Order: sequence, then C-alpha cells, then structure tokens
Amino acid sequence: MNLARRDIQHNIGRFILTTFGLGLLLMIVMGMGGIYRGLVQDATLLVDRLAADLWIVQKDTRGPFAEISRIPRNLEDRVLAVPGVLSSNAFVSHTMQRERNGKPLRITVQGLSWPQDKGNWLPIVAGRALGQAHYEMLADESLNLRLGEKIKFGKDIYTIVGLTRAMTSPSGDGMAFFTLDDAQAIQFDTSGESIRLERSARYARAQNIDLGKTQPQTIERTLGPSSQLPALGPPPISAVVVKVRPSYNPEQVRSLIAKWPDVTVYNMQQQKQLLLRGIVERSRRQLGLFRILLIIVSAIIMALILYTLTLDKLHDIAMLKLIGARNSVILGLIMQQALLLGILAYGVAYIIGHWLFPFFPRKVVLTSNDLWLLAAIVVGISIISSLLGIVRALTVEPNEVLA
Amino acid sequence: MSSKNTTMKAENLTKIFGSGHTEVVAVRDVSLAVNRGEIVALLGPSGAGKSTLLALLGLIRPPNTGRITIDGTVVFENHQAKVNVRRFRRQKFGFVFQKANLIPFLTAAENVRLAMEIDDQPAKVSKKRANELLDYLGVLDRADNMQSQLSGGEQQRVAVARALANHPSLILADEPTAALDSVRGRQVMELFAKVAHEQNAGVVVVTHDHRALDIFDRTLEMEDGQLRKSYN
Repeated sequence: MNLARRDIQHNIGRFILTTFGLGLLLMIVMGMGGIYRGLVQDATLLVDRLAADLWIVQKDTRGPFAEISRIPRNLEDRVLAVPGVLSSNAFVSHTMQRERNGKPLRITVQGLSWPQDKGNWLPIVAGRALGQAHYEMLADESLNLRLGEKIKFGKDIYTIVGLTRAMTSPSGDGMAFFTLDDAQAIQFDTSGESIRLERSARYARAQNIDLGKTQPQTIERTLGPSSQLPALGPPPISAVVVKVRPSYNPEQVRSLIAKWPDVTVYNMQQQKQLLLRGIVERSRRQLGLFRILLIIVSAIIMALILYTLTLDKLHDIAMLKLIGARNSVILGLIMQQALLLGILAYGVAYIIGHWLFPFFPRKVVLTSNDLWLLAAIVVGISIISSLLGIVRALTVEPNEVLA
Repeated sequence: MSSKNTTMKAENLTKIFGSGHTEVVAVRDVSLAVNRGEIVALLGPSGAGKSTLLALLGLIRPPNTGRITIDGTVVFENHQAKVNVRRFRRQKFGFVFQKANLIPFLTAAENVRLAMEIDDQPAKVSKKRANELLDYLGVLDRADNMQSQLSGGEQQRVAVARALANHPSLILADEPTAALDSVRGRQVMELFAKVAHEQNAGVVVVTHDHRALDIFDRTLEMEDGQLRKSYN
C-alpha cells in the first residue's frame, strides 16, 4: 500500500492545483533557459549559416555586429586576389523600422553579393532565391510578410520572391535579404530635398578647394549622384566574408590579410566570441540570475507546500508512529509526494511550455541538455524542500495522539 | 503478582513531568501485571494519572524509574529502552483511543492492513486478515468506506480491528467509549471482553463509564498517580 499515492488520491483537487501552479513556475524557469539559448542561436545564426572562414573588418574594430565597421567595397576584389581565397563577398547589414498596419515592423536588411550570392544557402521554405539584380527580396517568416507582396523601401518597390525560416538577427528581428546594391540603396536613401542641399553644399566646397579649381569637370560632377564622384566612390560596406580553398589553411590566409594596415581579420570562432561577449553576455547574466532566483523561489514554495501538507498530517504521522511505523515509512510518505509533485510539475512545465513558447516574442530554444539539467535540479529541490517537512514529521511524538 | 500467563508486568513505575516548582508526579510507584485473556478496567478521576500510566504501559513515554516487562522481555529499565520500542509496539500492542484515529486517506480495510504492512506482512496476507477482522467485528460491509463515511461506532470497530491486526499480546484502550452513547459504549466494551477471551490478549481499558464494569475481569482505581484499589 503506497501511503503517498493514497493521500494524493484523497486530496486530488488540491494536489492537481498545486502541481499546476508549480508547473507554471517551472515553465518560466525552463523558458528563461530557452530564451538564453535562443539569444545565443540568434546571435550566431548568420555567422553559422554563412560559414565563412574569415571576417575582414575595419582596422581595430570588432565589427560588423559588435560595433560599426566601414571598409571600401573594392576590398572584396583585393581579398579575392590573395592566394588560397575561394570566395570573397561583401557583407552589409543594418536594421530599419517601418510602420505596417499601424504596428512597428523591424527588419534587419542583409545585402547579398549579387550575382555570386543569390541566397541559395538560405533556408527558403516558399518561393525562390533572388533572380534579378534589383527590386527583389527574401523575407523571413517571422516578419509576417506574404510571398509575392510588394513593399516600398526608400524610393523603390521590392517584391518578396522567397520566404526563409528562422533567420533572425542577434536582436531577434526578422531578416530580409536584398542584393548588395539594393541593401545600400535602402540604407542610404535620402529625400530629394536632402540630396539637392547636399549637392549644392558639395558644389560650394569643391569651388574652394584645389581639386575643384584645377579640374572644372569635378565641379560639374558634384551636382550629379555621389556614386559618380571619384573622390567619394560608392558607399562603404560593413565587412568582407571569405571562404578559403579546402587545400589551404585558413590561419595562413588570415595571417596574410592581417598584415594589411587598413583591416582586422577574425576567424569564424573569434567572430562568434565577439558576438556572444558583446551582445549576449549581459542578457545571459541577467537571465541566469533570474533563473537562479526562480529556482530558489520554486524551492521555497515547494518547501512551504510540503511543510503545510506535512502539518496537515501530523496527527496521522503521530498515529503511524504510535502503531509502530518505522521512520522510513513516514519519510517515504513525504519524500514520494515531494518527488511526485516535482516530477509532475516538471511535466506540466514541459507540456505547457512546448505549447506556449512558440508564441513568445523571442525565440525559445529547449535543448535536451538543459532539460535534463533542469529535471535534475527539480529532483534536487524536491528532496531538499521535503527536508523541512521530514524534520517536522520526525520530531512528532506518538503521544500527540493522546492529546 | 505474575504468572506464566502474564503478558505485561510493570514494577514501581514513576513518571514525573517538569522540574522544580513545576514538577508534577503523574504516576507514583505503580506496579501491576496483566495476564493474557484478561480484561482490566482502569478507573479514576481526571488527573489521576490513568492516561499517563497507559502511555507508560504502551511504551509511548519512558518512565523515570521502574521496569516494564512484556512477554518476559524487559523493555524499559528506568528511562532506558532495552529494545527497539517502536518494533515492540508494532508487534506486541494494539491501541484504541477515545477517537478512532483512523488514517483519513485510507479505507477501513486499508487502515487495518496498514498495521500489518508496516510490519512487512505481504499484501495478500494483510488483505485476508483485514477482511477476517472486519467480519469478526461486524463491519465487513464498510471495508471500502473512508473514515468520514463511517459512524462513530463503526470507526471504533475498525480501530479495534486495527489493534488486533498483528495478534497483539496487549491491547490498551484509552476511554474508547467516551464519544459513544451508552448502548454503543457497552457494545464496544463487550467487544473488548470478547477479544480478550477469544484472541487471548490482555486488555487494559481506561474508562469513566461505571455502567459497564461488570464486563471486566478486574478493576483498578487510580488516584493522585497511585493505584488505590484493585477488586475482581
């Protein structure tokens, strides 16, 4: 006869409510861990997907994610000339916020080096990769945009030709992929009036410098698009991502490029470390702290529940002692209830969490390691929490039945 | 005072609570023996020390001085337990109180079985004996009922069944009829006599109820912690 089971059956309503409440608390603990894993996954997603061997950024910066990096676009071609380099692609990324149906829509714009890179490496779940140099885009499902939908960014209208899955930026915003030129056009889009004012200012400046005085054609060009100005050139890019030929050691290639005085080179692992330390570290600490606090709160609540359940049974426990029950019978009664409460609450947390986490605004990733660890912690706190009740139960004297 | 048939022998038991100004001598130099098959009434006014004496005899509290011997084994020598007291209570004693004190989350049958199963008896054996005892005490039809579904008299019968479960040498009852009307009270007392005689157990009943004294083989009277009278 299992006393713990019979007691639970006798007070099944109370037990279910207690388990459910505790389960919700554990679900939050589980969710906190999942959010942290989601942060890490989001942060390193693009780096992992691109699988570049090297990241070349502006000298002495930790770009392009941890801080701003600006390098000339022609660096892409310079790098391609280095022995051992298989491919070299410009990397452009920026976040913009637009209004859509009265709600803010945050998009991380990602530039692809057209025509080498059409986005075929992306997890496209509907539609296709980019098929032309301009006015097409791929959007992540999380942005809730429809395939074939046309959206105006800047002065141009873009058609969504493909949808990707789980492509979010380190900040959790959905990504949209454009050709590099389109991404920069969106990034550096300015109003007509601003352009006119900038051109007149540029014209005035050029008239007062030696270059303008000696080369009248330059002064004429200041009134045209900035991209046609030899002194200005095309807008800078954030980084160049490099893949090394299989027969070459990426470290050798890295040390070669690292000697250039205008750039800093990171390998994939270093770039991931920069991302995690720069972007995720504080969130990790904060979530970790919350998690520890919630585990402590759960343990205290469990201890109080089990203590109260034990107090309710003190007379019965005294009676059990009086008729000669061993301490192990009493210990078993409390401990089994504690473990059952913990295990079932964990089950509730797991089931509700699996149903609820996809609706969370941030990605929640449950790894089996984390789940096992939390399960072990729950078993641990179940045992520790029951100690208070066990100590009280073991101090009950059988003569209390006579009182 | 004792014979081969003696199941319990208490010699010079004294129990003192508190110390100094608050010292109370609840039981003072009490000696008695109870034989198998004998039912003994323990009478006395409130505060006479009856329940304390019962707690000493039932190994629930240790005496300050004196000796308790159960079935030839010395259990307490002064305040020192000589054996595993809880095991002794489990195997040699049956207890019945004013309230039945059934475990509320168990059925009547499970309450009886519990006494056997905590003594490591197999479930099959405990089920069979529980049913036999409930039948013997006339409450077999209430075997699957919880405490809350039983009347006071039925609860006491189940408590008696539980007390008998492990074939005890001695049954100790503390005012078992106090919560019952006179008819049911007498029925329970008759039940104890039946148990004593048929199950060959010694039975000590603390009671205030003088109407059922004819049922007892022997009556002891306590006053101020001492046994004053003993008559058959």
